[in-house]
Amino acid sequence: MIPAAFEYTRAGSLDEAIAAVRGGAKVIAGGQSILPLLKLRLASVDRLVDIGRIAELRGFRPQADGSLEIGALTTYAEWRAATTYPGVREAIDQIADVQVRHLGTVGGAIAHADPASDFPAIALAFDGSAVLRGPGGERVVPLDGFFEGAFVSGIRDDEILVAIRRPAVPAGAGFGYAKLAQPASGYSIVGVAAVIAKSGGSISHARIGVTGVHEHPYRATDVEAALVGSDASGKAIAAAAAHATDGVEVNSDIHADATYRAAMAVVYAGRAIEAALARAG
Amino acid sequence: MTEHITLTVNGVSRSLEVEPRRLLVQAIREDLGLTGTHIGCDTSQCGACTVQLDGMAVKSCSMLAVQADGRSITTIEGMGTPENLHPIQAAFWEKHGLQCGFCTPGMIMAAADLIARDDDPSDDEIRHAIEGNICRCTGYQNIVLAIREAAAVMRAGSAAPAAPASQA
Repeated sequence: MIPAAFEYTRAGSLDEAIAAVRGGAKVIAGGQSILPLLKLRLASVDRLVDIGRIAELRGFRPQADGSLEIGALTTYAEWRAATTYPGVREAIDQIADVQVRHLGTVGGAIAHADPASDFPAIALAFDGSAVLRGPGGERVVPLDGFFEGAFVSGIRDDEILVAIRRPAVPAGAGFGYAKLAQPASGYSIVGVAAVIAKSGGSISHARIGVTGVHEHPYRATDVEAALVGSDASGKAIAAAAAHATDGVEVNSDIHADATYRAAMAVVYAGRAIEAALARAG
Repeated sequence: MTEHITLTVNGVSRSLEVEPRRLLVQAIREDLGLTGTHIGCDTSQCGACTVQLDGMAVKSCSMLAVQADGRSITTIEGMGTPENLHPIQAAFWEKHGLQCGFCTPGMIMAAADLIARDDDPSDDEIRHAIEGNICRCTGYQNIVLAIREAAAVMRAGSAAPAAPASQA
Protein backbone atom coordinates (compact mmCIF):
# COMPACT_ATOMS: atom_id res chain seq x y z
CA MET A 1 0.00 0.00 0.00
CA ILE A 2 0.96 3.62 -0.31
CA PRO A 3 0.36 6.39 2.21
CA ALA A 4 -2.76 8.53 1.98
CA ALA A 5 -2.07 11.94 0.49
CA PHE A 6 -0.59 14.62 2.72
CA GLU A 7 0.82 18.11 2.43
CA TYR A 8 4.60 18.26 2.56
CA THR A 9 6.95 20.94 3.80
CA ARG A 10 10.71 20.60 3.64
CA ALA A 11 12.09 22.75 6.43
CA GLY A 12 15.27 24.61 5.54
CA SER A 13 16.08 25.58 9.11
CA LEU A 14 15.12 24.73 12.66
CA ASP A 15 13.08 27.93 12.97
CA GLU A 16 11.18 27.02 9.80
CA ALA A 17 10.54 23.54 11.19
CA ILE A 18 9.23 24.90 14.50
CA ALA A 19 6.91 27.28 12.66
CA ALA A 20 5.75 24.50 10.33
CA VAL A 21 4.85 21.94 13.00
CA ARG A 22 2.40 24.25 14.78
CA GLY A 23 -1.15 23.12 14.38
CA GLY A 24 -0.69 19.41 14.33
CA ALA A 25 1.82 18.47 11.64
CA LYS A 26 3.95 15.35 12.05
CA VAL A 27 7.71 15.38 11.67
CA ILE A 28 9.67 13.07 9.39
CA ALA A 29 13.43 12.63 9.83
CA GLY A 30 14.77 9.29 8.54
CA GLY A 31 11.24 7.99 8.08
CA GLN A 32 11.99 4.47 9.27
CA SER A 33 9.21 4.50 11.85
CA ILE A 34 6.60 6.81 10.37
CA LEU A 35 6.67 5.59 6.77
CA PRO A 36 5.86 1.95 7.58
CA LEU A 37 2.93 3.22 9.69
CA LEU A 38 1.70 5.55 6.93
CA LYS A 39 2.03 2.80 4.30
CA LEU A 40 -0.03 0.37 6.34
CA ARG A 41 -2.42 3.25 7.10
CA LEU A 42 -2.06 2.57 10.80
CA ALA A 43 -1.42 6.30 10.97
CA SER A 44 -2.35 9.21 8.75
CA VAL A 45 -1.15 12.78 8.62
CA ASP A 46 -2.52 15.94 7.04
CA ARG A 47 0.86 17.62 6.94
CA LEU A 48 4.36 16.20 7.08
CA VAL A 49 7.31 18.43 7.95
CA ASP A 50 10.61 17.04 6.66
CA ILE A 51 13.46 18.05 8.99
CA GLY A 52 15.94 15.72 7.27
CA ARG A 53 18.06 18.46 5.72
CA ILE A 54 18.63 20.68 8.75
CA ALA A 55 22.39 20.43 9.17
CA GLU A 56 22.44 21.78 12.74
CA LEU A 57 20.39 18.78 13.90
CA ARG A 58 23.10 16.36 12.85
CA GLY A 59 26.32 15.47 14.63
CA PHE A 60 28.09 13.72 17.47
CA ARG A 61 29.47 16.31 19.88
CA PRO A 62 31.60 15.11 22.82
CA GLN A 63 32.14 17.96 25.32
CA ALA A 64 35.27 18.76 27.31
CA ASP A 65 33.54 17.83 30.59
CA GLY A 66 32.90 14.28 29.38
CA SER A 67 29.27 14.88 28.49
CA LEU A 68 27.97 14.17 25.02
CA GLU A 69 25.34 15.62 22.72
CA ILE A 70 24.08 13.66 19.73
CA GLY A 71 22.08 15.65 17.18
CA ALA A 72 18.60 14.26 16.69
CA LEU A 73 19.18 13.62 12.97
CA THR A 74 22.26 11.47 13.60
CA THR A 75 21.60 8.09 12.04
CA TYR A 76 22.36 4.83 13.78
CA ALA A 77 25.13 4.29 11.21
CA GLU A 78 26.65 7.72 11.93
CA TRP A 79 26.43 7.11 15.67
CA ARG A 80 28.10 3.71 15.20
CA ALA A 81 30.92 5.32 13.24
CA ALA A 82 31.43 8.03 15.87
CA THR A 83 31.11 6.18 19.17
CA THR A 84 34.17 4.92 20.98
CA TYR A 85 32.38 3.73 24.12
CA PRO A 86 33.12 0.01 24.60
CA GLY A 87 30.08 -2.13 23.86
CA VAL A 88 28.00 0.56 22.20
CA ARG A 89 28.77 -0.57 18.64
CA GLU A 90 27.74 -4.11 19.52
CA ALA A 91 24.46 -2.72 20.85
CA ILE A 92 23.82 -0.60 17.74
CA ASP A 93 24.40 -3.67 15.59
CA GLN A 94 21.39 -5.26 17.32
CA ILE A 95 19.08 -2.43 16.24
CA ALA A 96 16.95 -3.21 13.16
CA ASP A 97 19.01 -4.01 10.04
CA VAL A 98 21.71 -2.25 8.08
CA GLN A 99 19.29 -0.53 5.70
CA VAL A 100 17.27 0.91 8.58
CA ARG A 101 20.43 1.91 10.46
CA HIS A 102 21.50 3.96 7.42
CA LEU A 103 18.36 6.13 7.58
CA GLY A 104 16.88 5.73 11.06
CA THR A 105 17.84 8.48 13.50
CA VAL A 106 18.44 8.53 17.24
CA GLY A 107 16.04 11.45 17.57
CA GLY A 108 13.37 9.55 15.69
CA ALA A 109 13.75 6.62 18.07
CA ILE A 110 13.16 8.88 21.06
CA ALA A 111 10.36 10.94 19.52
CA HIS A 112 8.52 7.84 18.24
CA ALA A 113 8.57 6.32 21.75
CA ASP A 114 8.06 2.81 20.50
CA PRO A 115 7.65 0.50 23.52
CA ALA A 116 10.09 -2.00 22.01
CA SER A 117 12.71 0.31 20.51
CA ASP A 118 16.30 -0.33 21.64
CA PHE A 119 17.74 3.17 21.74
CA PRO A 120 15.49 4.52 24.52
CA ALA A 121 16.75 1.79 26.89
CA ILE A 122 20.35 2.58 26.01
CA ALA A 123 19.78 6.33 26.43
CA LEU A 124 18.09 5.74 29.81
CA ALA A 125 21.09 3.74 31.03
CA PHE A 126 23.35 6.68 30.12
CA ASP A 127 21.10 9.15 32.02
CA GLY A 128 20.09 10.79 28.74
CA SER A 129 17.94 13.86 28.31
CA ALA A 130 15.90 15.14 25.38
CA VAL A 131 16.74 18.64 24.14
CA LEU A 132 13.52 20.18 22.80
CA ARG A 133 13.11 23.44 20.93
CA GLY A 134 9.82 25.28 20.56
CA PRO A 135 8.54 28.81 19.96
CA GLY A 136 9.34 29.66 23.59
CA GLY A 137 12.93 28.43 23.43
CA GLU A 138 14.75 25.32 24.56
CA ARG A 139 14.07 22.92 27.41
CA VAL A 140 16.01 19.85 28.48
CA VAL A 141 13.91 16.97 29.81
CA PRO A 142 15.40 13.85 31.45
CA LEU A 143 14.36 10.72 29.54
CA ASP A 144 13.52 9.12 32.89
CA GLY A 145 9.87 10.16 32.98
CA PHE A 146 9.79 11.38 29.35
CA PHE A 147 8.12 8.25 27.97
CA GLU A 148 4.48 8.38 29.00
CA GLY A 149 2.94 5.46 27.16
CA ALA A 150 3.13 3.46 23.95
CA PHE A 151 4.19 5.96 21.25
CA VAL A 152 3.55 8.85 23.65
CA SER A 153 6.35 11.10 24.88
CA GLY A 154 6.67 14.47 26.55
CA ILE A 155 7.28 16.34 23.26
CA ARG A 156 4.72 19.12 22.88
CA ASP A 157 2.94 19.64 19.57
CA ASP A 158 4.91 22.78 18.78
CA GLU A 159 8.33 21.36 19.69
CA ILE A 160 11.09 19.66 17.73
CA LEU A 161 13.50 17.23 19.35
CA VAL A 162 16.90 18.65 18.47
CA ALA A 163 19.37 16.46 20.37
CA ILE A 164 19.94 13.78 22.98
CA ARG A 165 22.33 14.70 25.76
CA ARG A 166 24.03 12.68 28.43
CA PRO A 167 26.24 13.76 31.33
CA ALA A 168 29.77 12.49 31.84
CA VAL A 169 29.77 8.76 32.54
CA PRO A 170 31.36 7.83 35.91
CA ALA A 171 35.02 6.91 35.51
CA GLY A 172 35.57 3.27 34.65
CA ALA A 173 31.89 2.54 34.00
CA GLY A 174 31.13 -0.34 31.68
CA PHE A 175 28.18 -0.66 29.34
CA GLY A 176 26.24 -3.74 28.26
CA TYR A 177 23.10 -4.39 26.23
CA ALA A 178 21.31 -7.73 26.21
CA LYS A 179 18.35 -8.31 23.93
CA LEU A 180 15.84 -11.06 23.29
CA ALA A 181 14.69 -10.21 19.77
CA GLN A 182 11.44 -11.25 18.18
CA PRO A 183 12.90 -13.34 15.35
CA ALA A 184 10.80 -11.95 12.48
CA SER A 185 10.67 -8.26 13.30
CA GLY A 186 13.90 -7.92 15.25
CA TYR A 187 12.15 -5.79 17.84
CA SER A 188 12.91 -6.38 21.49
CA ILE A 189 10.71 -8.76 23.41
CA VAL A 190 13.09 -7.76 26.17
CA GLY A 191 16.01 -5.36 25.88
CA VAL A 192 18.10 -4.33 28.87
CA ALA A 193 20.89 -1.74 28.88
CA ALA A 194 23.22 -1.36 31.86
CA VAL A 195 25.86 1.21 32.80
CA ILE A 196 27.78 0.13 35.90
CA ALA A 197 30.84 1.41 37.74
CA LYS A 198 32.76 -0.17 40.59
CA SER A 199 34.72 1.45 43.35
CA GLY A 200 36.94 -0.71 45.48
CA GLY A 201 35.20 -4.06 45.60
CA SER A 202 31.65 -2.82 45.31
CA ILE A 203 29.30 -1.30 42.76
CA SER A 204 29.21 2.49 43.03
CA HIS A 205 26.94 3.39 40.11
CA ALA A 206 24.21 1.48 38.28
CA ARG A 207 21.70 2.56 35.65
CA ILE A 208 19.41 0.03 34.03
CA GLY A 209 17.17 0.87 31.03
CA VAL A 210 14.54 -1.63 29.94
CA THR A 211 12.58 -1.81 26.68
CA GLY A 212 9.99 -4.17 25.24
CA VAL A 213 8.65 -5.10 28.64
CA HIS A 214 6.27 -2.28 29.62
CA GLU A 215 4.09 0.10 27.65
CA HIS A 216 7.11 2.38 27.48
CA PRO A 217 10.85 2.09 28.13
CA TYR A 218 11.73 2.60 31.79
CA ARG A 219 14.54 2.68 34.31
CA ALA A 220 14.59 -0.35 36.59
CA THR A 221 15.37 1.63 39.73
CA ASP A 222 14.88 -1.30 42.10
CA VAL A 223 17.58 -3.24 40.24
CA GLU A 224 19.86 -0.21 40.44
CA ALA A 225 19.28 0.20 44.18
CA ALA A 226 20.00 -3.47 44.83
CA LEU A 227 23.23 -3.32 42.83
CA VAL A 228 24.75 -0.21 44.38
CA GLY A 229 26.84 -1.16 47.37
CA SER A 230 26.79 -4.85 46.48
CA ASP A 231 29.93 -6.88 45.82
CA ALA A 232 29.15 -7.55 42.11
CA SER A 233 29.15 -11.29 42.76
CA GLY A 234 26.99 -13.61 40.71
CA LYS A 235 24.69 -13.94 43.68
CA ALA A 236 24.36 -10.16 44.05
CA ILE A 237 23.67 -9.75 40.32
CA ALA A 238 20.96 -12.41 40.36
CA ALA A 239 19.36 -10.90 43.45
CA ALA A 240 19.32 -7.44 41.84
CA ALA A 241 18.12 -8.64 38.41
CA ALA A 242 15.13 -10.29 40.10
CA HIS A 243 13.67 -6.78 40.50
CA ALA A 244 13.65 -6.09 36.73
CA THR A 245 9.89 -5.70 36.46
CA ASP A 246 9.14 -4.36 39.94
CA GLY A 247 6.29 -1.88 39.81
CA VAL A 248 5.57 -2.16 36.08
CA GLU A 249 2.72 -3.80 34.23
CA VAL A 250 4.38 -6.34 31.92
CA ASN A 251 3.31 -6.52 28.25
CA SER A 252 1.65 -9.66 26.99
CA ASP A 253 1.28 -10.58 23.33
CA ILE A 254 1.40 -13.54 20.95
CA HIS A 255 5.20 -13.58 21.03
CA ALA A 256 5.62 -13.56 24.81
CA ASP A 257 2.99 -13.63 27.51
CA ALA A 258 3.50 -11.56 30.63
CA THR A 259 4.86 -14.44 32.73
CA TYR A 260 7.47 -15.43 30.15
CA ARG A 261 8.38 -11.83 29.35
CA ALA A 262 8.86 -11.01 33.04
CA ALA A 263 11.05 -14.09 33.48
CA MET A 264 13.13 -13.09 30.46
CA ALA A 265 13.45 -9.53 31.76
CA VAL A 266 15.19 -10.97 34.81
CA VAL A 267 17.46 -13.19 32.72
CA TYR A 268 18.41 -10.40 30.29
CA ALA A 269 18.89 -7.89 33.10
CA GLY A 270 21.41 -10.31 34.59
CA ARG A 271 23.20 -10.66 31.25
CA ALA A 272 23.32 -6.90 30.66
CA ILE A 273 24.73 -6.34 34.15
CA GLU A 274 27.36 -9.02 33.64
CA ALA A 275 28.32 -7.54 30.25
CA ALA A 276 28.62 -4.06 31.77
CA LEU A 277 30.70 -5.34 34.71
CA ALA A 278 33.00 -7.22 32.34
CA ARG A 279 33.80 -3.88 30.67
CA ALA A 280 33.96 -1.85 33.89
CA GLY A 281 37.44 -0.75 34.91
CA MET B 1 0.16 19.16 -5.50
CA THR B 2 3.43 17.73 -6.75
CA GLU B 3 7.07 18.41 -6.01
CA HIS B 4 9.83 18.72 -8.57
CA ILE B 5 12.81 16.52 -7.71
CA THR B 6 16.07 15.56 -9.35
CA LEU B 7 17.71 12.20 -8.73
CA THR B 8 20.96 10.89 -10.12
CA VAL B 9 20.07 7.31 -10.96
CA ASN B 10 22.85 4.98 -12.04
CA GLY B 11 24.90 8.02 -12.94
CA VAL B 12 22.20 9.75 -15.01
CA SER B 13 20.39 12.87 -13.79
CA ARG B 14 16.60 12.39 -13.87
CA SER B 15 13.97 15.03 -13.13
CA LEU B 16 10.53 14.03 -11.89
CA GLU B 17 7.28 15.56 -10.72
CA VAL B 18 6.07 13.47 -7.80
CA GLU B 19 3.35 13.59 -5.19
CA PRO B 20 4.93 13.94 -1.72
CA ARG B 21 3.53 10.53 -0.76
CA ARG B 22 5.26 8.79 -3.66
CA LEU B 23 7.68 6.18 -2.38
CA LEU B 24 11.17 6.08 -3.81
CA VAL B 25 10.57 2.53 -5.04
CA GLN B 26 7.52 3.69 -7.02
CA ALA B 27 9.51 6.49 -8.59
CA ILE B 28 12.23 4.01 -9.55
CA ARG B 29 9.91 1.34 -10.92
CA GLU B 30 6.95 3.27 -12.30
CA ASP B 31 8.32 6.70 -13.22
CA LEU B 32 11.78 5.62 -14.35
CA GLY B 33 10.85 2.12 -15.57
CA LEU B 34 13.65 0.43 -13.64
CA THR B 35 11.78 -2.68 -12.57
CA GLY B 36 14.81 -4.61 -11.37
CA THR B 37 14.13 -3.16 -7.92
CA HIS B 38 11.38 -5.32 -6.45
CA ILE B 39 8.57 -4.83 -3.94
CA GLY B 40 8.21 -7.96 -1.84
CA CYS B 41 6.24 -6.84 1.22
CA ASP B 42 4.19 -4.03 2.66
CA THR B 43 5.93 -3.98 6.00
CA SER B 44 9.45 -2.72 5.25
CA GLN B 45 10.91 -6.08 6.27
CA CYS B 46 11.88 -8.01 3.15
CA GLY B 47 14.59 -5.84 1.61
CA ALA B 48 13.74 -6.76 -2.01
CA CYS B 49 13.58 -3.02 -2.74
CA THR B 50 17.11 -2.34 -1.47
CA VAL B 51 19.01 0.26 -3.49
CA GLN B 52 22.02 2.37 -2.68
CA LEU B 53 21.51 5.99 -1.66
CA ASP B 54 24.81 7.87 -1.86
CA GLY B 55 26.49 4.46 -1.53
CA MET B 56 24.45 3.22 1.44
CA ALA B 57 21.99 0.34 1.24
CA VAL B 58 18.47 1.58 2.01
CA LYS B 59 14.98 0.21 1.55
CA SER B 60 13.44 2.26 -1.25
CA CYS B 61 9.95 1.31 -0.03
CA SER B 62 10.66 3.10 3.25
CA MET B 63 11.74 6.41 1.83
CA LEU B 64 9.77 9.11 0.07
CA ALA B 65 10.98 10.11 -3.37
CA VAL B 66 11.09 13.72 -2.13
CA GLN B 67 13.52 12.67 0.62
CA ALA B 68 15.92 11.48 -2.09
CA ASP B 69 15.84 14.79 -3.99
CA GLY B 70 19.34 15.77 -5.06
CA ARG B 71 20.86 12.47 -4.06
CA SER B 72 22.47 9.64 -5.95
CA ILE B 73 20.74 6.26 -6.36
CA THR B 74 22.23 3.02 -7.62
CA THR B 75 19.83 0.24 -8.58
CA ILE B 76 20.55 -3.30 -9.73
CA GLU B 77 20.48 -1.97 -13.32
CA GLY B 78 23.55 0.09 -12.39
CA MET B 79 25.57 -2.91 -11.23
CA GLY B 80 26.34 -4.88 -14.37
CA THR B 81 24.98 -5.91 -17.73
CA PRO B 82 23.98 -9.36 -19.04
CA GLU B 83 27.18 -9.37 -21.08
CA ASN B 84 29.38 -8.06 -18.31
CA LEU B 85 28.06 -9.10 -14.91
CA HIS B 86 29.17 -7.34 -11.77
CA PRO B 87 31.37 -9.69 -9.69
CA ILE B 88 28.56 -10.05 -7.13
CA GLN B 89 26.10 -11.00 -9.87
CA ALA B 90 28.61 -13.45 -11.31
CA ALA B 91 29.17 -14.99 -7.88
CA PHE B 92 25.41 -15.44 -7.32
CA TRP B 93 25.33 -17.30 -10.64
CA GLU B 94 28.43 -19.39 -9.87
CA LYS B 95 27.35 -20.32 -6.35
CA HIS B 96 23.67 -20.80 -7.14
CA GLY B 97 22.78 -17.96 -4.79
CA LEU B 98 19.27 -17.67 -6.16
CA GLN B 99 16.33 -19.84 -7.03
CA CYS B 100 13.24 -17.78 -7.90
CA GLY B 101 15.33 -14.62 -8.05
CA PHE B 102 12.80 -12.27 -6.50
CA CYS B 103 14.99 -11.24 -3.56
CA THR B 104 18.20 -11.23 -5.61
CA PRO B 105 18.39 -7.55 -6.63
CA GLY B 106 18.01 -6.50 -3.00
CA MET B 107 20.47 -9.15 -1.82
CA ILE B 108 23.04 -7.96 -4.34
CA MET B 109 22.62 -4.32 -3.33
CA ALA B 110 22.98 -5.25 0.35
CA ALA B 111 26.03 -7.38 -0.47
CA ALA B 112 27.61 -4.49 -2.38
CA ASP B 113 27.14 -2.28 0.67
CA LEU B 114 28.82 -4.86 2.90
CA ILE B 115 31.78 -5.51 0.60
CA ALA B 116 32.37 -1.77 0.20
CA ARG B 117 32.71 -1.52 4.00
CA ASP B 118 34.52 -4.81 4.58
CA ASP B 119 36.24 -6.61 1.73
CA ASP B 120 36.81 -9.82 3.73
CA PRO B 121 33.65 -10.48 5.72
CA SER B 122 33.20 -13.64 7.78
CA ASP B 123 30.12 -15.78 7.28
CA ASP B 124 28.66 -14.31 10.48
CA GLU B 125 29.26 -10.79 9.21
CA ILE B 126 27.63 -11.68 5.89
CA ARG B 127 24.56 -13.09 7.65
CA HIS B 128 24.36 -9.98 9.82
CA ALA B 129 24.62 -7.72 6.76
CA ILE B 130 21.71 -9.45 4.99
CA GLU B 131 19.53 -9.50 8.09
CA GLY B 132 17.25 -6.98 6.39
CA ASN B 133 16.78 -9.15 3.29
CA ILE B 134 14.43 -12.11 3.24
CA CYS B 135 14.82 -15.07 0.87
CA ARG B 136 12.14 -17.75 0.87
CA CYS B 137 13.89 -20.20 -1.47
CA THR B 138 17.54 -20.76 -0.76
CA GLY B 139 17.84 -21.13 2.97
CA TYR B 140 20.53 -18.44 2.61
CA GLN B 141 23.48 -20.85 2.55
CA ASN B 142 24.33 -20.30 -1.10
CA ILE B 143 23.73 -16.57 -0.79
CA VAL B 144 26.38 -16.50 1.94
CA LEU B 145 28.72 -18.56 -0.26
CA ALA B 146 28.09 -16.21 -3.19
CA ILE B 147 28.83 -13.08 -1.16
CA ARG B 148 31.98 -14.65 0.28
CA GLU B 149 33.07 -15.58 -3.27
CA ALA B 150 32.25 -12.09 -4.59
CA ALA B 151 34.28 -10.49 -1.82
CA ALA B 152 37.24 -12.74 -2.64
CA VAL B 153 37.03 -11.91 -6.33
CA MET B 154 36.72 -8.19 -5.69
CA ARG B 155 39.50 -8.30 -3.10
CA ALA B 156 41.78 -9.93 -5.60
CA GLY B 157 40.86 -7.14 -7.97
CA SER B 158 40.62 -9.66 -10.73
CA ALA B 159 38.02 -9.75 -13.44
CA ALA B 160 34.68 -11.36 -12.75
CA PRO B 161 34.82 -15.15 -12.92
CA ALA B 162 34.17 -16.33 -16.42
CA ALA B 163 30.59 -17.22 -17.18
CA PRO B 164 30.00 -20.96 -17.37
CA ALA B 165 30.99 -22.44 -20.68
CA SER B 166 28.15 -22.63 -23.13
CA GLN B 167 26.39 -25.96 -23.09
CA ALA B 168 27.13 -26.78 -26.68
